[in-house]
Amino acid sequence: MTQDPNAEAQIAPSEVGANAADTGERQTTGPVDGAVGVQEDGYSDHEVAVASNFEGHTASRLDPDAEPVLEVENLKMYFPVKSSGLLRRTIGHVQAVDGISFQVPRGGSLGLVGESGCGKSTTGRLITRLYDPTGGSMMFEGKDLAQISQREMKPYRRDVQMIFQDPYTSLNPRHTVGAIVGAPLSVHKIVPKNKILGRVQELLEVVGLNPEHYNRYPNEFSGGQRQRIGIARALTLNPKLLVADEPVSALDVSIQAQVVNLLQDLQKEFDIAFLFIAHDLAIVRHFCPEVAVMYLGKIVEIADRETLYSHSHHPYTQALISAVPDVKQAAIGGRRERIRLEGDVPSPINPPSGCRFRTRCSYAQEICARVEPPLLQIGWRHKVACHFAGELGAHPATPVTTELLGVDDQGTPTGTAATPLMTGPGYEPEWYDLKTKQLTSA
Amino acid sequence: MTSTVPSSTPGSDSTIGRTEGPILVVEDLTVTFPTEDGPVSAVQGLSYSVEMGKTLGIVGESGSGKSVSSMAVLGLHDAKSSQITGSIRIDGTEVVGLSENRFRKLRGNTVSMIFQDALAALHPFYKIGAQLAEAYQVHHPNASDRDARRKAIEMLDRVGIPQPDSRVDDFPHQFSGGMRQRAMIAMGLINDPSLLIADEPTTALDVTVQAQILDLLQDLQREFNSAVIIITHDLGVIAEMADDVLVMYAGRCVEYGTTKEILTHPEMPYTWGLLSSIPDISASTDARLIPIPGNPPSLFSPPTGCAFHPRCGFKDKVPGRLCYDKMPELATGSGRVEHLKRCHLANPDAIYRAEVLPEIAPDLVEEIR
Amino acid sequence: MFAYIVKRLISGFLVVTLVSMAVFALFWYGPSSPAKPICDREQGVRCIPERLVAYEKSLGYDNPIYTEYGKFVKGIFVGREIAFRTDVYQCDAPCLGLSYNTKQPVTHELVSRLPATISVAVGGAFLYLLLGVPIGVAAARRRGSVADKALVSSFLFLSSIPYYLFALLTWLYLTVLWEAPVVSDVGYFSPFSDGPLKWFGGLFLAWVALGIFGCTQYTRYTRGAMVEALSEDYIRTAKAKGLPARTVVYRHGLRAALVPVVTIFGIDFGSLLAGTIFTERIFEIQGIGYWSLQAVGNKDLPVVAATTLFSAVMLIFSNLIVDVVYSFLDPRVRLS
Ligand SMILES: Nc1ncnc2c1ncn2[C@@H]1O[C@H](COP(=O)(O)OP(=O)(O)OP(=O)(O)O)[C@@H](O)[C@H]1O
Ligand SMILES: Nc1ncnc2c1ncn2[C@@H]1O[C@H](COP(=O)(O)OP(=O)(O)O)[C@@H](O)[C@H]1O
Ligand code: SF4
Ligand code: SF4
Ligand SMILES: [Mg+2]
Ligand SMILES: [Mg+2]
Repeated sequence: MTQDPNAEAQIAPSEVGANAADTGERQTTGPVDGAVGVQEDGYSDHEVAVASNFEGHTASRLDPDAEPVLEVENLKMYFPVKSSGLLRRTIGHVQAVDGISFQVPRGGSLGLVGESGCGKSTTGRLITRLYDPTGGSMMFEGKDLAQISQREMKPYRRDVQMIFQDPYTSLNPRHTVGAIVGAPLSVHKIVPKNKILGRVQELLEVVGLNPEHYNRYPNEFSGGQRQRIGIARALTLNPKLLVADEPVSALDVSIQAQVVNLLQDLQKEFDIAFLFIAHDLAIVRHFCPEVAVMYLGKIVEIADRETLYSHSHHPYTQALISAVPDVKQAAIGGRRERIRLEGDVPSPINPPSGCRFRTRCSYAQEICARVEPPLLQIGWRHKVACHFAGELGAHPATPVTTELLGVDDQGTPTGTAATPLMTGPGYEPEWYDLKTKQLTSA
Repeated sequence: MTSTVPSSTPGSDSTIGRTEGPILVVEDLTVTFPTEDGPVSAVQGLSYSVEMGKTLGIVGESGSGKSVSSMAVLGLHDAKSSQITGSIRIDGTEVVGLSENRFRKLRGNTVSMIFQDALAALHPFYKIGAQLAEAYQVHHPNASDRDARRKAIEMLDRVGIPQPDSRVDDFPHQFSGGMRQRAMIAMGLINDPSLLIADEPTTALDVTVQAQILDLLQDLQREFNSAVIIITHDLGVIAEMADDVLVMYAGRCVEYGTTKEILTHPEMPYTWGLLSSIPDISASTDARLIPIPGNPPSLFSPPTGCAFHPRCGFKDKVPGRLCYDKMPELATGSGRVEHLKRCHLANPDAIYRAEVLPEIAPDLVEEIR
Repeated sequence: MFAYIVKRLISGFLVVTLVSMAVFALFWYGPSSPAKPICDREQGVRCIPERLVAYEKSLGYDNPIYTEYGKFVKGIFVGREIAFRTDVYQCDAPCLGLSYNTKQPVTHELVSRLPATISVAVGGAFLYLLLGVPIGVAAARRRGSVADKALVSSFLFLSSIPYYLFALLTWLYLTVLWEAPVVSDVGYFSPFSDGPLKWFGGLFLAWVALGIFGCTQYTRYTRGAMVEALSEDYIRTAKAKGLPARTVVYRHGLRAALVPVVTIFGIDFGSLLAGTIFTERIFEIQGIGYWSLQAVGNKDLPVVAATTLFSAVMLIFSNLIVDVVYSFLDPRVRLS
C-alpha cells in the first residue's frame, strides 16, 4: 500500500455510479453492525454532546466581494473511446466535461448539480488532479493547476482535498483510523513523528469522533462515522479548498444532517472553500449560496441560490427543481404538477448538436439544433445558456440570443458581426438584460 | 383506514372473497432471525392494512425492518433461517404458515414486489423479455412462448420503454438505470397483481428519473386500481405518493396514520427528527438542520424502554424514567382518529408546534392551526 | 468477436513460438551436449569424443542455434531429413524431430498416443462435472447443515492428500485387493476400436481416481459460486415471481454459478489434454503424459521438447476457448 493519501484516494472512489447502488444494500447491515461495539462504549453519548454543545453555524451566505480561491476556465476532459478491432484506434471521445468555467469564492461554497453522468465527479477529480485535464485552466493561488506536472502538484495537494461519496470503500480497511488520518502528515513531513498522534486526536475531536478511538479500524464505525473519518483525513493538512463529491449521498437520512452540519461548522471554523457536488438539490440549496447546474458536460445555468431555485431561466434547471418531491405537499395531498422530462441523458460520446438539452427540451426550436447557446450573464449573479431563457411559464417566443450571435431566429447567420461575449469564470458588473436586450448594470 | 390496533381476532376467515375489506392485513407480525450472536428481531408487533386503490408508505432509516417486513408478506424469507409469527392475510387468505406450493401461486400474481437496485435484481444473463415472459408464464402455464413474449412487449410499452419490440431482446446491462426500474415495474405488473410492494424503487435514481418512475407508478395504480406499498426513506416521496404512512424504528411501528395527518401533526420525536434532519426544497436556508444524534440501535441489544430514547431530545419532558424503562404502547394520537403513535409524551402536538415546527418551517407555524 | 479470436490466435501463436524457442535453447545450452544421449545410447560402444562430434555434426549442433531453429521450424511446416551420423531418416511435416529412442518421427507417436490421453481427459473431466457440480449445488442449498459441514470437511481432507498417493491407493484397493470386476486385467488401456468394453475397462480406474479426486475441487468451486449466486438479489426476484424452488435454484442460481466453474474447467481440461503424468503412469496408460515421463527418463530430448510444446498449445487453446465460451455465458462480457 502506498503512503500517498492521494494514491489511496485514486483507488478509493471506484466507480461512483456503480457504487451508489451497492451502498444502499450494504447500508442495511453496515451501520447497525458497526454500531454494536460503538454504542457499548457510550460512544453515541459523546456524539450527542458534540452535536449539542457546538454552537452551530447556519448555512453560509453569499459574499459577493470574496476573492475567488479557485478560478476554472474552459475546463475540458475528454476520455478516449477505443475501437474493438485489432488496432485499438481511438474512435471518439467521451466529452465528460466540455468547457466549463466557474469560480469558487474563498471560504464560500459552490454547488454542482445535475443528473448522473453529467460530469460532476469528473470536474471534482480534475480539480484534485486525479485526472489530467484535456484543456482549460484552473487557477489556484496564482498557479494554473491544469498546467503543472503531477510532481509540482504535490504541494497543492495539501490545499486541495477531496471527500468521497462512499464511506465504505474510501477508507483502507487494513489501516487504523489514526494511520488514515495521520498519513498526510507523515507523507508531507509537516509534523514531527511524535506529534502526529496528538494532531490526529485533535482532528478526530473536531469531526465529533472519540479521540481515544484512533487505533480502531474503519469497519468498527458506522457509515456516518466513517464519513467523519474521511472528513478528518481531508482536514489534516488545513486545506483551503475541499471538493466534496456526494459527501452524504450514501448516508442514512438521519445521519446526513449530522454530516452536513459538521461540514458547515468546519467551513466557518477553518474558512474552507467548498466545491460541493451532489444530486440532491435540497441539500445543495441548503449548503451552497451559489449553484451551478450541469448537463452533459456543460454548465447550463449558474446563479446565486435565490435566483437559481426561485427564478431559474433554463428549462433544464426548471425541470430538475420541479422533480424534487416536497414534504410540504402532504398538507395538500397528491402530487404536484411537474415538468415531465422524457427519456434519458444522451450519450456524451455523441452529444446533440447546438444545445445539448434540445432532445429533451419542450421549448426546442430550429435554432437550438444549429447554434449552441452561449453561457450568458443575464443578471447580477446569474448566467444561463439557452436561446429561450426565461422564467417558468414566461419563456420568450423568439430567441433572445440572435443579436448577440449574429444569426436569425432559425439560427442561420445573418452576416452581422457577433457581439463579443464575456465568457470568463466570474461575473461582470454589466450584463445582458433579457427584456431590453441591452447591457445593463445594477 | 380500518383500525389495525393489534386485535385479538385470529385470522381464520380465509374464505372471504375479494372486493370486501382491505387486500392486505398484517397483524402483530414478528420476524426473528436466529444468528450466531443470538436471535435478532428485525420486525416486532407490526400491524397495518392496505385497501385496493390505496398507497401505504413505509419510512424509516436503514435497518429499521422495512424490507424484512414486506418480504415476509411475500414469504421470501427462508423458513429455516427465520421465524415468523403473527398474521398476514392477503385477500383474506392467511399466509403465515401457508404451504410453499400455495404461497408460490400468490407471489408475482396476487402480490408482487419490485426491488431497489434493479441492476442487481434482474438476472444479468437473461434477456429482459425472457425474464418478463417467465414471470407471465409461471402463472399462465397455458400461455405459449409467443403469447408470453407479446405480453412482455406490451408491458414494456406500457411502462414507457421506447421501441419495446426491439428492446425486449436487450440484456439488463444494456438498459439505463431508469429503464431497468421500468422493466422491473413491468415485471411486477405483468400478472395484474392486486398488491404491489415497491421497496425503495427510486433510491439510486436521479430526481428526474425518480419523478418519471413515481408518475408511472401512480398512473399504473390508477389504471389497475391495485394497492401499493411504497418503501422509502424520503418523506417527500411519501408526501406525494402515499395515502397512509407508517414510520418504523428498530423493527417497530412508531407512528401510523394518514399521510396528511402524520406529516402535518407528527407526534413522535423520531418522526420529528426525520422531518427536521432533511432540508426541503423550499425551506429557509438560514435554518440549521437538526440531526437525529447518534446511530440506529443494534438489534442484538435493543435499548430498554423506548427504543428511541438514546437519541431522543424530548425524553426529559416525560416524567420519571418512563422512557428508559417502559416501552410505550402504540396508542391513538391526542384525540385524533386515524393516528397511532408510540411515545410517552403527553402533549406532543403542543411541543411540536412550540419547539419543532418553528425550527423546520417557521412559515407554517401560523398556517397549521 | 471474430477479430478477437484472430487476435488471440496471433498472440497464442507468438507464445507458442516463444515456448518453442525456449525449449530449443534449453536443450541446446544444456549441461552436456544435446547429442550425448543419442551417442550414449548406441549399443555396445562407448561414446568416445570423436563419435560425439560426428553425432553433433550430423545433427547440426556445430551450426549456430538460429540456423538450426530455422530448420526445426521449417520441419514443422514442410518436413525435413534428419541424420543420426550416417543414417538419414525422413521426417514428414509436421516434423517435431525424431525420437532418439525409436528413430521414428515424434509426431507419429504423438498422434498414436493421443487417443489414450483424450480418453483419460474426457472421462476424467466428465466425472469432475458429473460428480462435482450436483454435489456442490446440493451442499450450497443445505449450507450450514450437518451434511454440508461433513461434506466440506471430508472433501477438504480428501484434497489435502497428494494426488499420486490417492491414485496409488485407488489402484491398490481396486485392482490388487478388490480385483474390481470391470477392470480388464491385461495391457490396461486398449483403444476404442478394440471394443468399447475393453476400452472402458482399461480406463475405468484412471477415471475413478481422476474423477473423484478432481470432483472434490469442483464441489468446492460449485458450492462457493452457488452460495454466492443464491444470495444475489436476482434470486430474490425470481422467488418473488412465484417460480418453483427448482427453477430458482437451477435456472437462475446455477446458471450464474456455472460461469466461474466453466472457466476453471476449461483450463483444467486443457491441462488434462496435455497429459496426466501420474494417472497414466500409475494405471499404465500409454498416453502423452506417460510418454513424456519416459522421455525424461531416457533423455529423449526431441520427445521432451515435443510434449512440452504440445502442452503449451493445449493450454493456450483451452484458454482461448474458455474466453470465448465465457463471453457466451456472460452477456456483459464483450470480447474486445
Ligand atoms: N475514466 C473514464 N473513462 C471514460 N469515461 C469516463 C471516465 N470517467 C467518467 N467517464 C464518463 O464521463 C461522464 C461524466 O462522468 P462523471 O463521473 O463525472 O458523472 P457524474 O456527474 O459525477 O455522475 P454521478 O451523479 O452518477 O456521480 C460519464 O458519461 C462517464 O461515463
Ligand atoms: N437474513 C437475516 N439474518 C439476520 N438479520 C437480518 C436478515 N435480514 C435482515 N436482517 C436484519 O434485519 C434488520 C432490518 O432489515 P431491513 O428490513 O432490510 O431494513 P430496511 O428498513 O433498511 O429495509 C437489519 O438490522 C438487518 O441487518
Ligand atoms: S437552447 Fe433551446 S433546446 Fe436548449 S434549453 Fe434553451 S430552448 Fe431548450
Ligand atoms: S417515549 Fe420518550 S424517548 Fe421515546 S420518543 Fe417518546 S419522549 Fe422520546
Ligand atoms: Mg459522480
Ligand atoms: Mg431495505
